[in-house]
Amino acid sequence: MAISPDEARRIGQLARLGLDEAAVGRLAGQLSDILGHFAALAAVATDGVEPTAHPLPLRNVMRADEVTPSLTREEALANAPEVEDGLIRVRAVLE
Amino acid sequence: MTAPAESETALEPVIGLEVHVQPITRAKMFCGCSADYAGAEPNTHVCPVCLGLPGVLPVVNEEAIRLIVRTGLALNCGIAAFSKFDRKNYPYPDLMKGYQVSQYDLPLCSGGWLEAEAEGEPFRAGITRVHMEEDTARLLHRTDAATGEGYSLIDVNRSGTPLMEIVGEPDLRSPEQARAFLVELRAILRTIEASRANMEEGNFRCDANVSLRPRGAEALGVKVEIKNMNSFRAVHEALRFEIGRQTAILEGGGTIRQETRGWDQQRRETAAQRSKEEADDYRYFPEPDLPPLAPGRAFVEEIRAGLPELPAARRRRYRALGLSAFEAATLAEARDRSEFADAVAAALPFPPARAAKLAANWTLGEAARWSNEHDGERLDRFPLTPAALAELIALAEDGTITGQVAAGVFARMVEEGGSAAGIVEREGLARVDAGDELAAVVRRVVAENGKAAADYRAGKTAAIKRLLGGVMRETRGRADPNTARELLERELGA
Repeated sequence: MAISPDEARRIGQLARLGLDEAAVGRLAGQLSDILGHFAALAAVATDGVEPTAHPLPLRNVMRADEVTPSLTREEALANAPEVEDGLIRVRAVLE
Repeated sequence: MTAPAESETALEPVIGLEVHVQPITRAKMFCGCSADYAGAEPNTHVCPVCLGLPGVLPVVNEEAIRLIVRTGLALNCGIAAFSKFDRKNYPYPDLMKGYQVSQYDLPLCSGGWLEAEAEGEPFRAGITRVHMEEDTARLLHRTDAATGEGYSLIDVNRSGTPLMEIVGEPDLRSPEQARAFLVELRAILRTIEASRANMEEGNFRCDANVSLRPRGAEALGVKVEIKNMNSFRAVHEALRFEIGRQTAILEGGGTIRQETRGWDQQRRETAAQRSKEEADDYRYFPEPDLPPLAPGRAFVEEIRAGLPELPAARRRRYRALGLSAFEAATLAEARDRSEFADAVAAALPFPPARAAKLAANWTLGEAARWSNEHDGERLDRFPLTPAALAELIALAEDGTITGQVAAGVFARMVEEGGSAAGIVEREGLARVDAGDELAAVVRRVVAENGKAAADYRAGKTAAIKRLLGGVMRETRGRADPNTARELLERELGA
């Protein structure tokens, strides 16, 4: 199974990665290799095996609807690239 | 039976709605931050989980799951025995983690329906699914005064609050049906206390899909999604506009482009939104941080047993008691109103149909007016208990007091409290019938209003209204109007 350069470019775009042509070629090859491994897995007969939604045998892990303390605003914004009026400032997004 | 040729070639709208509803929880969906973002200072209900910091572990809020199951059951859905969360990946600054935790192929609720009525016609509309997800942060768009460039500000308080996405089948055929669907959905959500369901507050948001096809055709036309409608009226208007726009294109021989359009409230039209590139490639995969859910039978049945009577059942009950479709719908739409009227009816010493009618009249009249005058206050806060109001209604009905006195006593009770019988007794407000007291008042009023009396005797019979008004004033409304009129006519004829 091979990932074409076009597909690699599109995946890069969806992940908002700025890929140059060299990276597109390299990653298309690497992604193809990874899919190759999955192809090996796909060869295993899994008829009658339930799909795995989660690796742990846990169900219904829930917490009560109780409010616990939040961070202070200073803590919450400590890693923000830029702050204005207590809000995180980012570049405009094109709708 | 031949329909006009026009309607055979006419186009039929096909509408499906998607509604995002915030369930009433104290905490967020996957962390303990307060879910009450409405009045909070920006970025004060925030923790590492809802900020999307690495290394955190989300845990499901059980109350949100209870409320979505409650909603699913009220919408006649099946509840999944096994359900899981998935990551929906897309990059946008309102999405702190770069993905939204949602449900893809195994939603908690699916295959339901609701029934409503539009333009006098009952209809049933399917509910494809109801799934659980988390809300995004709120973005504010600004322009830099210095550079003129746009930028965005992020308030993370809303990030991670629970949302139920209710997806309707494309079963609606008119903007009126779409509005009725929303009104009914809101009534159900409020009745079961799953959500405040208030569009203006933003905890009930609706998108619409609409396409046209030749009437009678099976296949669906190309659909357009409409966003950015923030009232039921806006939904109705936007759909009407969009149906008109698509009709004009199709009848002109054109084709519809599949796209997302935004409703512009000022210009009263939909406009194409720039499409997010490849936006529908969300690369869903199972959320590894959240173990699956397996709502057991006991869990589901306990929730089902706790459901109150739903609006449709209330409407049917009221119709069976002889109330009009309007009265039934208006009562059933709000649980506080419906339960207030039921309690009044139960306290009235009359047969069920008569009691229901009187209770509806007073609830939709005086009590609803009080509610309107008090910022839409719920009737469970109404100053009169249903029993106290029933006592007043009974006094008016059995003739102890006149309708005019009843209205006055009602106002007194709302302001000062007290029982109707007590006020009537203390103030001497019992109705006066034909008798010496009323006869004396009539003679006096006729004597003191010579002009009106003369006018009446001269053939201007309308003048009796002035005299009647005098009698009512003199008796503080206690005179039975018919008796007073008879006595006046006799006195004037004499």
